Amino acid sequence: MKKIGLIINPVAGMGGSVGLKGTDHVVEEALRRGAVPGSEKRAETALRELLPYKDELLICTGAGHMGGELAQRMGFRTEVLPVGTDTGAADAPVDTAVSADLKTPADADILAASAFCFATAGSDTIALGKRLLNEQADLLLFAGGDGTARDIYQAVGTELVCVGIPAGVKIHSPVYAKNPGAAGKLAAMWMSGWIKRYEEKEVLDIDEDAYRSGHINTALYGYLKIPAERALTQNRKAPTPLSDEAAIESIAYEVTDHMEPDVVYLVGAGTTTRGVMKKLGLPNTLIGVDVVENGKVLENDAYGERILSHIRGKRAKLILTVTGGQGFLFGRGNQQLTPEVIRTVGKENLIILATSSKLAELRGNPLLVDTGDDALNEELCGYYRVITGYKEYTVCRVAAG
Amino acid sequence: MKRIDRSEKVNVHFHQAKWNEPIIYELSTPGERGVLVNSPEEEVAKEVKGVDALPEGMKRSTKLNLPEMSQSRVLRHYARLAQQTLGADVNIEIGQGTCTVKYSPKVNDQLANLLREYHPLQDESTVQGILQVYYDTDKYMCEISGMDHFSFQPGGGSQGIMTMASVIRAYFKDKGEDRDEIITTIYSHPSDAAGPAVAGFKIIYLQPDPVTGVPTLEQLKAAAGPKTAGYIVANPEDTGVYNSHVKEFVDYIHSIGGLCAYDQANANGLLGVTRARDAGFDMCFFNLHKTFSTPHGCGGPACGATGVQKDLVKYLPAPLVGFDGKKYYLDYETVSNPCAVGKVREWLGVAPVVLKAYCWIRSLGPNGLYQVAKTAVLNNNYLFKKLMELPEVSAYYEDGNNQRVEQARYSLENLEKETGIGTLDIQRRMMDFGMHYWTSHHPFYLPEPMTLEPTETPSKKDIDEYIETLKYVFKEAHENPEIIKTAPHRSVTHQVDESGMDDIKTWALSWKTYLKKYTE
Repeated sequence: MKKIGLIINPVAGMGGSVGLKGTDHVVEEALRRGAVPGSEKRAETALRELLPYKDELLICTGAGHMGGELAQRMGFRTEVLPVGTDTGAADAPVDTAVSADLKTPADADILAASAFCFATAGSDTIALGKRLLNEQADLLLFAGGDGTARDIYQAVGTELVCVGIPAGVKIHSPVYAKNPGAAGKLAAMWMSGWIKRYEEKEVLDIDEDAYRSGHINTALYGYLKIPAERALTQNRKAPTPLSDEAAIESIAYEVTDHMEPDVVYLVGAGTTTRGVMKKLGLPNTLIGVDVVENGKVLENDAYGERILSHIRGKRAKLILTVTGGQGFLFGRGNQQLTPEVIRTVGKENLIILATSSKLAELRGNPLLVDTGDDALNEELCGYYRVITGYKEYTVCRVAAG
Repeated sequence: MKRIDRSEKVNVHFHQAKWNEPIIYELSTPGERGVLVNSPEEEVAKEVKGVDALPEGMKRSTKLNLPEMSQSRVLRHYARLAQQTLGADVNIEIGQGTCTVKYSPKVNDQLANLLREYHPLQDESTVQGILQVYYDTDKYMCEISGMDHFSFQPGGGSQGIMTMASVIRAYFKDKGEDRDEIITTIYSHPSDAAGPAVAGFKIIYLQPDPVTGVPTLEQLKAAAGPKTAGYIVANPEDTGVYNSHVKEFVDYIHSIGGLCAYDQANANGLLGVTRARDAGFDMCFFNLHKTFSTPHGCGGPACGATGVQKDLVKYLPAPLVGFDGKKYYLDYETVSNPCAVGKVREWLGVAPVVLKAYCWIRSLGPNGLYQVAKTAVLNNNYLFKKLMELPEVSAYYEDGNNQRVEQARYSLENLEKETGIGTLDIQRRMMDFGMHYWTSHHPFYLPEPMTLEPTETPSKKDIDEYIETLKYVFKEAHENPEIIKTAPHRSVTHQVDESGMDDIKTWALSWKTYLKKYTE
């Protein structure tokens, strides 16, 4: 019987869907804005890949939404490990800091959601990780973002082989597989002995407060051992080098030359799209979506329903870029662009930008979409012209990530 | 007394000359002369009006600023600069991948020197010999490519590409069609995009398939449309991978009304094997200074011989060279076509280069040209196999169906991961052994790229020496990486600070600008 450690960070990814660029320290605001927890669902997608081996596996995990509830529901042989930390973990009541502030009838929903999203702290992840290390798990499968990966590193260092299920807002660390399904497959290949080699990959994270104010400061926090299957793991994101500035400016000229009157432009996150706003002389949200019409900003840092209110019944185009070396168009840092927003804009109105050097890092591999809506992901697949300079385009294939 | 030890496989004692040679203007001494020119004889002075014959508007108002120097100092200046170059005559030229730097027979140089006495404005009757050389070389190039007529006017490969783009533009102008897009590929030479961009086209790039290294037909179809004017592509591309489906690509572009142009800069492994026209291309160009040995040299002199199929001849730059059965003549007929390209360079292009290519073709004959291709490919296969045996070297697109042709792009990502020494470090260190080494055009599409092309010139011993030198440097990377990080140590210049490349304010492309920007 092989042991798989499972740790789910239940609040991972919540901040992103409501324009908060992260979830650390802002769970309450995320709930207020209507965020819905999604990491457990992503973990479920990954675990589905392990179902064929379930008779040979024991899943060791934390109680409730840290993994125990899901593993048991899916029929895995499960051992729930107690995690005695001062934050309370799975059985904690609704966060009092949240409940004290909620008075209106609509707040009832938020209270219900917060019951699900009890305020887990990194210490819970670390404590559970340490228990799993003591249990000598054969593999540690965890769902979260960069912050979660840091906690995992703190707990297990490079002692355990790990696989990350991408569920957070920030996924800069190449310890994560490209998507939950790929994470499950990678875990299955490791547990079945199909993959025997592992490699150490960086745990990267950025300062979320700086991130929210538009600065990307990536730092190395450690390494995790992951199964060495290149096709399934992410490339490290690469910041735009200084020499790309001219390329970004050139792209901005091409975009602005073709902007039309009375069309609402949604300008997505990233340094390349920022170049367009700079060329227009407009204030920009580096990690957010700005809404522009007739050369004026309608709203900076809009998200979800706010974006929809600007584009309903109007012609709209979405200007977006790939996110660094990962090649994601949707689902890695721009969760503000909800499936409904993307559908309202329409596939034919996507204006994709990327510097040649960013595309070069992908080496012909497709751009990826992971909107959280499988049907939409499929609809978005196909070939697109990506603007790489003034009067210059590169044809790229888009695939579901 | 012992015999000198020659057992070393690597040239560890190489050291290049380094002179702190000033710019020639800084060597100028007012009044110093290299040649004292005599005053014109009385009889000549009577016949020639001299400066007075020039219209007022064409006369200089100030004295021409030229350095004033003795002959010996001029000679010393240029001899020193020559010692500071690492040319094809002194090193084993394998490291300049995609440049096809091969041996240029010195006898052809000697023959080309005869042209120094010619003037392009001489009457046709007095230059029948060089006109015949142009005419015959045109016929040879047509036979090699399958095209119907060549222009030798373009002064280099990039200008050849721009000429092809100009022919495409002229063709659609003539047809009255508004098409403004050119499709090319990422691994074609960057000038395949730059040339048409200068000619006013939008550029659409196709990316390589991650497995095969060449784009898919499906991708081409997604890129092409009613605005597509042409498809300009190198094959093999700069990776050395040949797109064996290129005819299907050409057929598709034709089916939507576009033209197809073949960048034959990488043709050294194709002579006598494949022909552009047989794959359906409408036009192509060859670098005479690469494939035809004339030689390749630092921006010139060169020739991008551009050939087209018969329906497009009327768009070629004028003049072409014709033969009426008795004499050779300059054919200006295309000038009468208002849609034609016109001229891309003065006169007939670089005549000595065409003569050297003619000599090279004549000395080899058809079988010799085919042998060139076979030997170049054999050399590359040998180099590829030996290098792929090294753990530091890998290659992408190794699916078993895409053997490299005459060059190959490798990756040193394994070395970089293990030692932190990357391809740019290796490039600098190879200079310490008197060897060139090339990475790739930017941006690097493959990690830590290394692009090598042996051509038919080097012997097996030469190739082995290059491999041994690379192995020596790889060993250093494991054992003493610092010496590589700080290289070059025995070359002319140390590590170049390229930070100014992004700042136009720091550039000084002429002596005048230098003085203006860098006052003491």
